[in-house]
Amino acid sequence: MIKCAECDAEIKIPSDAMENEIVTCPDCGASYELIKSNNGFAIRPAQSVGEDWGE
Amino acid sequence: MNRNNNKTSFFILYDQLRWEEKSLIESAKKKDIKFELINCRENSIELDKPRDTYHNDIILQRCVSYYNNLHSTAAFEGLGAKMINSLHTAIMCGNKLFSHMELSKSGISTPKAFCAFSNQSAMNILNKNGYPKVIKPVVGSWGRMIALLKDKEAAEAVIEDREHMYPLYHIYYFEEFVKRPPRDIRCIVVGENVVAAIYRYSDKNEWKTNMALGGRAESCKVTNEMEDLCLRATRTMKGEILGVDLMESDKKGLLVHEVNNTTEFKNTVRVTGINIPSLIIDHLVNSNK
Repeated sequence: MIKCAECDAEIKIPSDAMENEIVTCPDCGASYELIKSNNGFAIRPAQSVGEDWGE
Repeated sequence: MNRNNNKTSFFILYDQLRWEEKSLIESAKKKDIKFELINCRENSIELDKPRDTYHNDIILQRCVSYYNNLHSTAAFEGLGAKMINSLHTAIMCGNKLFSHMELSKSGISTPKAFCAFSNQSAMNILNKNGYPKVIKPVVGSWGRMIALLKDKEAAEAVIEDREHMYPLYHIYYFEEFVKRPPRDIRCIVVGENVVAAIYRYSDKNEWKTNMALGGRAESCKVTNEMEDLCLRATRTMKGEILGVDLMESDKKGLLVHEVNNTTEFKNTVRVTGINIPSLIIDHLVNSNK
């Protein structure tokens, strides 16, 4: 189980998850990037918070 | 970059996998198309390799980071790859001042703009042209650091803040505040076609229409006028897959206010039901023929 660093809500990891995939906290909307760990995946804050290019 | 399989149709270059990149991967897999992913952050590039090192390689540029995007495009294109979109497109679309000049040069209607290179000259030109005006960072997206300057006091406050920021923010770029309905239009161009469009309505407490700021979207019918304007903007930027943003000015009609190089399209797919990832994959495959 992965918990949001902002609000402690549970973040669901998709069954087809890939490294570097962006996941969003269902409660507070914070974005995280999936990184590989010994137990599958861990999260870190999405880089796009720092700089951007998009919609 | 792994190039051990010469049957690869194209590459997708990324730094993070958003909904858009995952949908492209899924679409290519469904079509049984051979492609490879390149993680920009895990690769290094020898810049002095032969200029044809990546000749005939088609690379879809999907890096979220502006700097990763621009520089990896320059590196791969310089070594012979066909980048979608090209370095020219990345440079021109990624900077609002450059975009404005390119669009104006081609006679495409865009909001009236002006620039200044010091805080004093910025205040002078604002006071001369009057308020309200919109200040935009020349590089940036998702509506961040865009401010509506309603009067001289607001302008002085914002410009003073800018003086303490990175030098890029000392390039003062201002646009007229366009009177329009509380929405803009995002059009998605793939190749020679405007494949979908949405209205983006601003949140009730927000004048900007970016979806990242809580705006809502509705499907929008692509008119002949919109199609003509978007395709002209695409040709001007020498782009292939772009998001063209339009505003409906009360006085001037449709204006192109932004052209997005590595466009997001999640909301456009959600609202219109048009399978944009599939259309992009088809375009990539056809580019390889």
